[in-house]
Amino acid sequence: MTAVAEAPAQKVGEVASFTVTMRVMRYLPDENGDAVPRWDEFQVESHGTDRVLDALHKIKWEQDGSLTFRRSCAHGVCGSDAMRINGRNRLACKTLLKDLDPSKPITVEPIKGLPVVKDLVVDMEPFFASYREIMPFLITTGNEPTKERLQSAAQRERFDDTTKCILCAACTSSCPVFWTDGQYFGPAAIVNAHRFIFDSRDEGGAQRLEILNDKEGVWRCRTTFNCTEACPRGIEVTKAIQEVKRAMITRAF
Amino acid sequence: MSLVADPKAPRPPRARPSRLTTRGNTELYGWVFMRASGVVLVVLIFGHLFVNLVAGEGVKAIDFGFVAGKWASPFWQVWDLLMLWLAMIHGTNGVRTIVNDYAEKDTTRMVLKGLLYLAFVVVVVLGTLVIFTFDPCPSGSPADLLPSFCTE
Repeated sequence: MTAVAEAPAQKVGEVASFTVTMRVMRYLPDENGDAVPRWDEFQVESHGTDRVLDALHKIKWEQDGSLTFRRSCAHGVCGSDAMRINGRNRLACKTLLKDLDPSKPITVEPIKGLPVVKDLVVDMEPFFASYREIMPFLITTGNEPTKERLQSAAQRERFDDTTKCILCAACTSSCPVFWTDGQYFGPAAIVNAHRFIFDSRDEGGAQRLEILNDKEGVWRCRTTFNCTEACPRGIEVTKAIQEVKRAMITRAF
Repeated sequence: MSLVADPKAPRPPRARPSRLTTRGNTELYGWVFMRASGVVLVVLIFGHLFVNLVAGEGVKAIDFGFVAGKWASPFWQVWDLLMLWLAMIHGTNGVRTIVNDYAEKDTTRMVLKGLLYLAFVVVVVLGTLVIFTFDPCPSGSPADLLPSFCTE
C-alpha cells in the first residue's frame, strides 16, 4: 500500500507560522538595589520550528534590546538558559513554542530560589558553592598509573545516568526544600556527588558521603520528584538521591 | 613548571564552614527511625483499634472498667506505652522537619520548635505517669463502674 496524503492544507515543507504572546518577567534594580518585578508582554511572529529561545532572541533583537537572559550553545548542552516557562523549569533552547499551546500567553520567569540579577539572569553562586563542596573531581590514592584507569562496561553503567548533568540548575531551583532558605545542598550537587561516589575508579566516596550526611544534605530530600520532572537531560534525580541515602545507611549500620 | 594548578595544592576555605558542625548521623538515624517506627505503629495502632472497637462486644464495651481492666495487664501497659512513645517521637520529628522546611525566620523556627518540644514533654510525661500509676479500683466508687476483679 502506498500512503496517500489527503489534500494537504499546507504545502510540503512549509512550516506553520503564528503570532505568540510572550509574558516575560522583568527586573532591574536601581542603585539602591530595590525594584519591583513586572510582567512585560511581547507579540512575536513565530514558526512551528521555533523554540522559546528563538522568541526571546526576536524580542531582544527586534523589540526590546534591554531584555536580558543567558544562553550559550543554544542546543541544550551548555545549561545556560534554564528558566521557568509556563510555571515549569525548562531549557528555553529545548522547548518548542508549538508544544506550549501558543494560543495562550507563554510566561517566562527566572528560575526560583536564586537571587535575580536582572530580568532572567540569576546569581548562580550559591548553586555552584554547593557543587564545589561535594568535590566534583576524581580522588585517588597511591601512584598515578602509567596507563588509563580501566573500568568495565558494567562499572561505567552504574553511574551513567548522573554523568549527563549539565549544571543548568533546573532541578535545584524546582526543589521546594531549596526554595525555603537555600541552605539545602540541592539535587544537582547530590547528582554530581553520586557520579563520583558510584565510580569504581574514585576513592573519595566516603568523604563525599560524610559531606552529604549534613543537616542540609540528602536527608532534607522529601522525594517530591520536582527535580526528576524538571531535568532537561532526563536524569532520574530523585532515584540518585535515594541511592546516596541507601549508601549512607549501609555504611552506618 | 606547569601552568595547570596542582589538584593537591591547598584550597581556599569552604564558603560555609558552619556545615562542618552540622554533620553527623543525627538526621540519618532520624530518617531510619521514621520508617521503622512507622511500620511498628501501623501494627500497634490497628491492633489497638481492633481490640477496643471491634473485638468482643465492640465499641459499646468501652467504659472506665474496660480501660482499667486492660491496664491491669502488663501486656497492654507495654503496648500502650510503646504506642505513646513511638507516636510522640514519630509525630514530633515529623513536625520538626515541617517546621524546618517552612519556617524561614530563625525566631519563628525557634518559637515553633520550643512549643513543639514542650508539648512533647508534657504529653509523654503525663501519659507515662498515667500508665504506671493508674489505680483500677479507686476506693469509694460504685462497684458496677469498676472492672470485675476489684470486687473479688
